[in-house]
Amino acid sequence: MKAPVAWLFIGAFIGVSAIFLVAPTVMLAIQAISDDEGWTLEYLLDLQQYRYWVAFVHSMQLSVASATVGVVAGALIAFAVLKPGTPRWLNQAVTSFSAVAANFAGVPLAFAFVATIGSLGLLTNLLKTIGIDLYGMGFSLFSITGLTVVYSYFQIPLMVIVITPAIQALRPSWREAAENLGASGLEYWRHVGLPVLAPSLLAGWILLFGSAFSAYATAYALTSGNIGLVTTEIANVLSGNVASEPQIGAALSVGMIVVMVVVLALSTWLTRRASRWVKQA
Amino acid sequence: MSNRLGLGGWVILGLAFAFFALPLGMSAAFSFWEGGDRYGFAAYRWLAASPALGEALWLSVRLALATVAALVVLLVPAMIFMNLYAPKLRPLFEFIAALPFVIPAIALVAGLTELFSGEQWGWLKETPFFLVIPYFFLALPYVYRALDVGLQALDLTTLTEAGQSLGADMGQIIGLVVLPSLRSALVGSTLLTLAVVIGEFTFANVLLFRTYAVFINQIGQHEATAAAALSFASFIATWVAMLIVLVAGSRKQGGR
Repeated sequence: MKAPVAWLFIGAFIGVSAIFLVAPTVMLAIQAISDDEGWTLEYLLDLQQYRYWVAFVHSMQLSVASATVGVVAGALIAFAVLKPGTPRWLNQAVTSFSAVAANFAGVPLAFAFVATIGSLGLLTNLLKTIGIDLYGMGFSLFSITGLTVVYSYFQIPLMVIVITPAIQALRPSWREAAENLGASGLEYWRHVGLPVLAPSLLAGWILLFGSAFSAYATAYALTSGNIGLVTTEIANVLSGNVASEPQIGAALSVGMIVVMVVVLALSTWLTRRASRWVKQA
Repeated sequence: MSNRLGLGGWVILGLAFAFFALPLGMSAAFSFWEGGDRYGFAAYRWLAASPALGEALWLSVRLALATVAALVVLLVPAMIFMNLYAPKLRPLFEFIAALPFVIPAIALVAGLTELFSGEQWGWLKETPFFLVIPYFFLALPYVYRALDVGLQALDLTTLTEAGQSLGADMGQIIGLVVLPSLRSALVGSTLLTLAVVIGEFTFANVLLFRTYAVFINQIGQHEATAAAALSFASFIATWVAMLIVLVAGSRKQGGR
């Protein structure tokens, strides 16, 4: 008597997901390989054009760079904060700040950086008065390097959040055992610390890669689409800013999904390799 | 090897502090700039006098509340019933909850636009509440994770059987036992959804609705100081929301 109601709710959730999440994706795939005249690979092959190819290259560069910066800096910060000797207030401040900053993406983040190191930003002017001309040195907030700096603002805290439980799980006794056997700090990390953390670091990198790869708002607000990223190119097609067929937008979207699936598959394979020793133990 | 924060640790934390504090401090300072050497509240006065800000914020708040309502009606009961009656469906639920990560927001917009491209769907695309569909999936991975952790911590079967043997029906068990136990997961995911939806830009900008984030972007093109003021205010607002989540989470631990 109760079960039918339960199945109604379960069915509704699966149905809504099928109609509004899966069906649009399938439509995209169909749209990317068809037009008025029937099936065609024309639009997927169009992705080889310089404009779209470069957008994929930019997106990949930005995602790899900001994910790598995020993983390294985030892990170092989390490790420093989690040392038992670190003051407790510092630990709590970093934890709560990370929760905020990881969610502080998009337009407000872009404007905060424009006000700071934009071409008329306060820090830019301040540095100029002491003789450091950032923009004269070739830096621009509106370049891939600039975007990487901005993305780091939400990537690093995101990494701090994801890696904290893994670092907490490192047992001090492992370190003591290694030291008793004569290992230096470096040797401990090389043979014990990093191999144990590897799967978590990898999972964190994938999460960061995905969040940078699909980010649109920050890049749009900063560059107004001047630097082609895949997301901004899709948006340009959708809003009719450029004279290209809607199929191009669909082909670009399918390309993004393919990249995400490949990255995810690679990481699953690597994680399995990296954690093989767990089963042996 | 010491457990204390050495020189290296302090250098790392010092650099991190500079990197994270500068843009905040600078945008706060920039928001008080009135041109030349003058500083004051001009940007804030301009914002207070702008009716468009109120409209945009109100639209975002309504969309956020509608998204929370959709999650409460569609996701929460489905997850509870799946755990109770159909644990075999768990892999399917996990798969659905992971999909929004693989399908970038902009691709979902493209797909929804294509799916509802016909004339007969005009009414749907004219109302801003069309955005609730993509927002539901935007929040889905976070909310699913939070609820899943909450549900795993409960022994649903035992709770249900205990309730039934005391004569409660399913509605009473869910309303009086299960939902209160999920309180901190529900509060956390509600606030996260509010923060995510109010800050969301991609869908609204492409589908041409003037939400809060779209509004900030528009004024940023000509009123840079006002945009800095709103950016700073957004950060503070998000921080307050997160503090509430943290407090709600720790209160639950204290109550055990």
